[in-house]
Amino acid sequence: MSTRTLPLLVANLGGEMLYILDQRLRAPDLSDNRTALWSEEDRKTVLTVIISAMFSKGFMEELLKPQGLYSHRAMRTLLTRLAHASIMRLNAASMDRLYELVVMAFKYQVLLCPRPRDLLLITFNHTDAIRNFVKHSPATVNQVDEVQRRLIETYTRLSEGEFQLIRQTLLTFLQDMHVRVSLFLKDKLQNPSGRFVLVTTGPVPHASDVPGLIRIFNRKGREVKRREFPAGGSYTSPMREGSFEMFGDRATRLGTNMYSVTPVADGKTSGASMNPSQHPKGTAEPNPMAKEELNLLARLMGGVEGQGNLSGDGAFQVNLFIAGQEEDGTGAPGEVEGEPFGVINIQATTDQLASTELARIAGEFAEDGERPDEPSSKGEDLLAMMDDL
Amino acid sequence: MYHKEKSIQLKSSASALYNNLSVLRIGPRSLTHFTVVHANVVNMVSASWDGLNYSHRQLQSKEGNVATSSSLILQAAWCVLPARELLVLTSQKGIQMYESDGSIMVYWHALDSPETPTAQAVFARGIAAVQEKFVCVGVSSGSLLVFDVPSKGSNITLSEMLEEHKEPLTDLGSECSGSQEFIADLVSADDSGLLCVWKSGDDFQLLNKIPGFEVTCSSVKLWKGIVAAGYGTGQIRLYEAITGILHAEINAHARWIYSLDIAPFTGLLLSAAEDSLVRVWHLTLTPETNSVEIEHMYNECVTDTQICGAKFCDGDGYAFAVTGYDLSEIIRYTQA
Repeated sequence: MSTRTLPLLVANLGGEMLYILDQRLRAPDLSDNRTALWSEEDRKTVLTVIISAMFSKGFMEELLKPQGLYSHRAMRTLLTRLAHASIMRLNAASMDRLYELVVMAFKYQVLLCPRPRDLLLITFNHTDAIRNFVKHSPATVNQVDEVQRRLIETYTRLSEGEFQLIRQTLLTFLQDMHVRVSLFLKDKLQNPSGRFVLVTTGPVPHASDVPGLIRIFNRKGREVKRREFPAGGSYTSPMREGSFEMFGDRATRLGTNMYSVTPVADGKTSGASMNPSQHPKGTAEPNPMAKEELNLLARLMGGVEGQGNLSGDGAFQVNLFIAGQEEDGTGAPGEVEGEPFGVINIQATTDQLASTELARIAGEFAEDGERPDEPSSKGEDLLAMMDDL
Repeated sequence: MYHKEKSIQLKSSASALYNNLSVLRIGPRSLTHFTVVHANVVNMVSASWDGLNYSHRQLQSKEGNVATSSSLILQAAWCVLPARELLVLTSQKGIQMYESDGSIMVYWHALDSPETPTAQAVFARGIAAVQEKFVCVGVSSGSLLVFDVPSKGSNITLSEMLEEHKEPLTDLGSECSGSQEFIADLVSADDSGLLCVWKSGDDFQLLNKIPGFEVTCSSVKLWKGIVAAGYGTGQIRLYEAITGILHAEINAHARWIYSLDIAPFTGLLLSAAEDSLVRVWHLTLTPETNSVEIEHMYNECVTDTQICGAKFCDGDGYAFAVTGYDLSEIIRYTQA
């Protein structure tokens, strides 16, 4: 359908990922024995490196080329690669959970988006927050500004109909994912079934009218009758228009950081969230698209510089979520573990580093579920999950 | 006015697409067919009227080149012509036409897709059967394709390409009253809200153009010379097709309208939107004064669902069916 969805998808999913990483890296230790290795400096560095990779000019230009959406597998790989641009390492279980959270958060935003065009405002809420994460680094702020300029240039002139097509394409990507997120459940934004709550109250979108009025006209165009009907909800007057400029009031809270309130430590171990009842793009057969996608990813990552040592020495292992605590109650078929992936030959790219890294990630996927938690060297399990995100 | 019946389960959930439900009633066999689009698949369910038998079938979109991404389907609808019924699928790659039970594909028309994707998306959307022998389909370029359909067999030909629209077509509505007294046969709608009114024939004739206000018209119906159009702002407007005179404007929904339908024998109008609401209205036409009245009859809230398809199941509007994004069922309602 739309060929312009990828930049928005990456900016928004990446933004949500950064919100979670920022929050996780601030969380204090639970154990006295461990020293807090994530100082404020380190946290800022990790985020800055990831943001710099995500907003690198080459990467963004590739994303902005007209193209269809990718599979969940490819998006997960892309986010993993971005996260690993820093010295931080996430194990497979953490990455799985992170991906689910990030996708469900974005699904909520796309679903509740008042007008299709407001997708751009949601994106700008993310880029505004990202800019704030790196405000100590003028060079990175410049990168973010440049990308935002490109987004404004590309998207603000699209019609509402084109935006709806983008939104419908994104909804197809997000279809059938019903992972429960405890933050959403707690705030009554999501039902226990995993479906989001859609209210029939509140302001109508900008440029819409509150439902309830019928106007009848005569043949000369004069209004001759006016009647009301029960609208069945309780709507209020239209939202004000948000700003589509570089800076400004975006008028919507969708896309802002919902993790920014420090969670209360209640000692509860992470509860279960249902695994997606259906992994939409996961099949037993190797996806013939996979080779194509990984080649493209190699090209995309070619411009992304890894920082420091990628192979493990000196890299800090991070376990975002306590391993083994996710109950596989439903044991749905098509889960990531044990999914056979056909052998894919990675093409050599101009950046040897990127292709090696991709090959390593691809290898990781093939071994998923069998690889035990790696005993970390210098970086122990630094963070424990305080509450279920 | 209506109460909920037992839902029909689907093999996969409905995608967020305009007019994502089509219904075909087969009287002689006491069956109703339903189709709902899920990404690149069409789910077809046939339900017996006694509610005891359901059979399922899935149709895939035709791929162009296997190496490229799968072709998403934008719409599936039955076209009822005097001699035959066809099931038409419109996708990113082209237009597929099947015999009405989905068993055999009788025709394939490929769209001009560029080798590398362009910023302007390419797809077909908007399907209608017109008069004796035409099936019309809209394209993202703004073209309206007219296919000539013989009474049987696969010798379907592209008869005309009408180029009045400049924006992607969204929906087509053909005159559904069953009467021959109305001049206009077809109305076409696009992303800018422009409505074009046509008379069919070996050469289609443009009768009128009703401008939009840069607000997408996502669903359009034509009944007794009246155009009922649903818009992205949640408004419904009723126009006189030939003259473009606005009869009525209704602030009907709080979100984007995804589907309109009319029950031709009674003038009941069904509207459904992303705001979770389905509304039933009644249209009355007074021929002496050429005036149209619309009255609100009923609301149904489908909780936590962005509705993407709503259709009456019969010509009187005795029953209607609804689909929603991410929902794997067709919800049905009948008059109490």
